[in-house]
Amino acid sequence: MTLAKKRAMTAYAFLLIPLVFFIAVRFGPMLYMMGRSLTDWSLLRKTNLFLGIANFAAVFSDPAFTAAMVNTLRYALVGAPVVIALSLAIALLLNGITRGKGLYRLIYVLPYITPIVAVSWVWRWIFQTPPLGLANGILGALGLPAQEFLNSPNSALYSILGVNIWVELGYCVTIFLAGIQTVPTDCLEAARIDGASERKVLSRIILPLLVPITFFLAIMQGIQFLRIFTPVYNMSSQAMGGPLNSTKSAALYIYQTAFTKFEMGKAAAASIILFALIMAVTLIQVRFFDKKTNY
Amino acid sequence: MDRIRRIAFALVAFALVAGGLASAETVKITYWQYFYQTKVDLMDSLIAQFQEKNPDIEVEQVTFPYESYNQKVAASIPAGEGPDVINLFGGWLPMYVKASYLQELPKASFPASYFKSTYYPFVADAVQFGGKYYSAPTAVRTLALIWNKKLFAEAGLDPNTPPKTLEELASFAKKLSKYDAQGNLIQAGLAMQPNGQGHSYIREVLFRQFGTAPYDATGRKVTYNNAAGVAALQWYMDRIQKDKVGYPNFTTDDVTAFKGQKAAMNIDGSFRIATLNGVKDLEWGAAELPSYKGIKSNFASFWTHGIVAGVSGKKLEASVKFLQFITSPDAMEQMLAKVGELPANPKIGEKHKDDPYVSVFLKGLPYAHATAYVDEAGQRTFFVDMIDEINLKGSKSADVLKATAAKEQTLIDDFWK
Repeated sequence: MTLAKKRAMTAYAFLLIPLVFFIAVRFGPMLYMMGRSLTDWSLLRKTNLFLGIANFAAVFSDPAFTAAMVNTLRYALVGAPVVIALSLAIALLLNGITRGKGLYRLIYVLPYITPIVAVSWVWRWIFQTPPLGLANGILGALGLPAQEFLNSPNSALYSILGVNIWVELGYCVTIFLAGIQTVPTDCLEAARIDGASERKVLSRIILPLLVPITFFLAIMQGIQFLRIFTPVYNMSSQAMGGPLNSTKSAALYIYQTAFTKFEMGKAAAASIILFALIMAVTLIQVRFFDKKTNY
Repeated sequence: MDRIRRIAFALVAFALVAGGLASAETVKITYWQYFYQTKVDLMDSLIAQFQEKNPDIEVEQVTFPYESYNQKVAASIPAGEGPDVINLFGGWLPMYVKASYLQELPKASFPASYFKSTYYPFVADAVQFGGKYYSAPTAVRTLALIWNKKLFAEAGLDPNTPPKTLEELASFAKKLSKYDAQGNLIQAGLAMQPNGQGHSYIREVLFRQFGTAPYDATGRKVTYNNAAGVAALQWYMDRIQKDKVGYPNFTTDDVTAFKGQKAAMNIDGSFRIATLNGVKDLEWGAAELPSYKGIKSNFASFWTHGIVAGVSGKKLEASVKFLQFITSPDAMEQMLAKVGELPANPKIGEKHKDDPYVSVFLKGLPYAHATAYVDEAGQRTFFVDMIDEINLKGSKSADVLKATAAKEQTLIDDFWK
């Protein structure tokens, strides 16, 4: 055996363990779920009848599922772009400051490293209607009318989304900062010597070099928002995704179908639909960014 | 040396056989309930008393968090790793009986006459399916109007005179509500929380008081979609929309509001007595639910004990004995004293008619109704959404009630088909 072969063998041996683990706890259950989505599997029934696509039909005709899918798209289509644009702006500003760099970075990272359940509950209290609730307290002190926040179907989704954006900012700002620091300083200096304005430096050098990182973040954040669960679960009354299903995400719908209605087959069908949606959105993003990264 | 070895061997063998025989005589059974400190402590003490009387039976208590209890029970069915005796919410019984999770209680130990002579009528009805009895409770729960005496005095009302009719309830609630300069409610006259006890209050109390039963006698047909039903729902909505004395999720929920003295009145269950007595500086009273046109009604519910299907032989014998013990008059007395839950046997209740809190909740029992849910969480959500639909989207009560009745009927039909 040559040295190269030996090395490869060692690598495979080490990779085998995570691979087995991945197949056993991720891939296996996923295939099992796909099979089960075609049956009438319920925790409360002993039957195991093949239903074909009846579960999918039932899910699609359930108004709660339609609402959950629309909400999920809303979370992702508003959440991901906003968090990326904001974090890029903040990262550029943070890169420019010289004093208290560490402190500022810490402030942005803190929400991300705080348990999301705790964050959700603190914000739930901040969003309370009068006489409680910090946000309405401030509005009241300024003489502005009180807001419903989580109590109204018009504002509840965006209240939860705002909190989630604030949390994800920490992660994205950190990644962008790391990216900005990899931009070669000689390029920037050369451009400046050649008389390029700061705006030109930003738009012609820094931003194009950040495209791969933006691409990575767009995909990760897209998936993150499409799978949103914990803030919705903790910020809506009795974890129902209300009022009137206005905040219910697809993940919460799946959870409720499986663990409060015990309809595992139907929940499995809904999971596959969510899986397909995430896959589609990710592929579209890959297509879009593929063109942009080939400069 | 050899002899010593042989004797030692014989001794060890004897010890093993004897030990085996002794343990074969002890039957071990498992009991499941959700975690609620006082209930768990009470059960520990009941188990100790039971084991003293029955040295050949060993009972193990296993508890789960309340939030995930129903999930644990459901998940244990396919896993086949459940308990022998289990504590279930009365409203879940149809679901678990249909799933063949519970077995019929042996007629020899629990005859129909026993249920009729021991329990309140609604209990006997609720634990019986097709003439078979599946579970027996220790305690029951009802609703009452609870009020904050300090806030009554502040509003110039007599702190010892609660409202007795719905008309009085509405006018008291208005007097007890407070608003800030911008018109925001800062003290609720009457807490309005459909996802707490509110949905049961509408279903079993208001509907009946306005002249319609929520379901027919079989419990399988929704019967509240009529003028009386609309009037009942409208009465509830008027408190939220017209009088603005409270609204859903005010200060998180009704219990938080009442404990924090931000709600002057609430409609709550007997299980809250111990909690409210533990709140510092809260002077509260409890009264029978206000009547309407002389009609009284109440909502009753209970947690009950059943024996899981598949338990047989010595384990079944032990489970039956244990079930008889934890539903005995003595156990009911201990439950009332340590947990504050009302005895499920009217004769025992009778002894406590002078307790200022307990007596009030007991008074509601003779005319109380239990709901035969097929999906407790699902049916609750229908009512919560019904209120939200009217309150947040401005829909008409009559339209929303009609739609809700149709949805609930479909759910019930799907369950029984």
